Amino acid sequence: MKENILIIGGGAAGIEAATQLQKMGLTPIIVEKSEKLGGHIAQWDRLFPAFHPAKDVVGQMLDNVKGVDVRLNTEVADIKRDTDGFKATLSDNATIDAKAVVLATGFDLFKAERKQEYGYGIYNNVITSLELEKFFRTGKDERIGNPKKIGFVHCVGARDVKVGNTYCSKVCCTTALKQACEMKEVFPNAEVYTFYMDLRMFGPGYEDLYLRTQKDFDVKCIRGRVCEVSEDMDGRLVIKAEDTLFGKPLKMTLDLLVLMCSMEKAKSIDKIQQQLGIANNNDGFMQIKDTYLGMNGTAKDGVFVAGTCTAPKSLPDTIAEARSVAVEVFNYINNK
Amino acid sequence: MDSVDLTTFNRLKETNPDVNTCIACGSCTATCTAGNFTEMSFRRLLLMLQRGKEAEAKKMIQHCMLCGKCTLVCPRGINIRKILLDITR
Repeated sequence: MKENILIIGGGAAGIEAATQLQKMGLTPIIVEKSEKLGGHIAQWDRLFPAFHPAKDVVGQMLDNVKGVDVRLNTEVADIKRDTDGFKATLSDNATIDAKAVVLATGFDLFKAERKQEYGYGIYNNVITSLELEKFFRTGKDERIGNPKKIGFVHCVGARDVKVGNTYCSKVCCTTALKQACEMKEVFPNAEVYTFYMDLRMFGPGYEDLYLRTQKDFDVKCIRGRVCEVSEDMDGRLVIKAEDTLFGKPLKMTLDLLVLMCSMEKAKSIDKIQQQLGIANNNDGFMQIKDTYLGMNGTAKDGVFVAGTCTAPKSLPDTIAEARSVAVEVFNYINNK
Repeated sequence: MDSVDLTTFNRLKETNPDVNTCIACGSCTATCTAGNFTEMSFRRLLLMLQRGKEAEAKKMIQHCMLCGKCTLVCPRGINIRKILLDITR
């Protein structure tokens, strides 16, 4: 069995799917548009809920995927279905004949400047969750300085009909609490607040993280959505929210505001998705075959999906889906 | 809750089904021009109607200046300004 399986995307989903498919005796080929494997997770410093360094987890995944044909700095320029499966033409003009295609194309981070009322790109001390991870990784960000009071805004670009994203982005609540704890580690004397609508601590160990956030790190969680950010005469940020549990409007002056940006389906795959005939849901993510039993299938024979291209997901969710897509592809090839 | 009079809320719901979609995030209250000086809070006002406190709700509405900022910030896209007008009608 030497069938080629084309995997588009070299993030967590693509790497893990390729690793498993190779073990099953198939020939996965990863096409990755950037210069390295690892996707978004490789940009992260530590991962919730256990605070493990992302580079250790990614490093292990990269060890496991050794031996797989990986095409970096390459995109699929064109794809056609033929009698044997699929013929893909890559951006470097190489062609790949594949029996099946796995879309593991992941997400784009919500562009924070679209929520103009939060002042990202307007006020210096408003940063994104991704930029904060970079700060944790490198220790460098001239906007951060020595903040005495830090705020986190949940659901930026999620659960918000005004930006067209009505879904919950799933991982931002836990990320916010993780980053809030880490800020207390870096700046022990700072006051740290998070502003949430609902705290969705859905996974194993996540509720424990919430407890630690309160007990060990003294982070204050306020139930209310930030609706306006402005700057005062001294260049500090003034935020407005309702403290809904207390039932009073709240105004607070902060030195740093971190926006927990949501996930949106990566747009760079739109053309290929169209050529393959894979539609999106109303939420903009790719449509799967069945909500309960067909999370890796699509409406098209031989086209499979895994990871955050179908919905926001945590890393463990993504890994589980990547492994299950390998089984689906294996069964598809064997029953052909 | 057994003897709550929901007449006003149910009437409102017929023309404004989105009164059921509030997630109590408090954006409307936080941005409210009147809310900083009075008890005005649309989020609480909706709850009052659902708990049969119609008189209290109508008293609260008097503080509203119909500026519409609440409608701009609502993440559920509730047409708050229209609902406030409909309650007093």
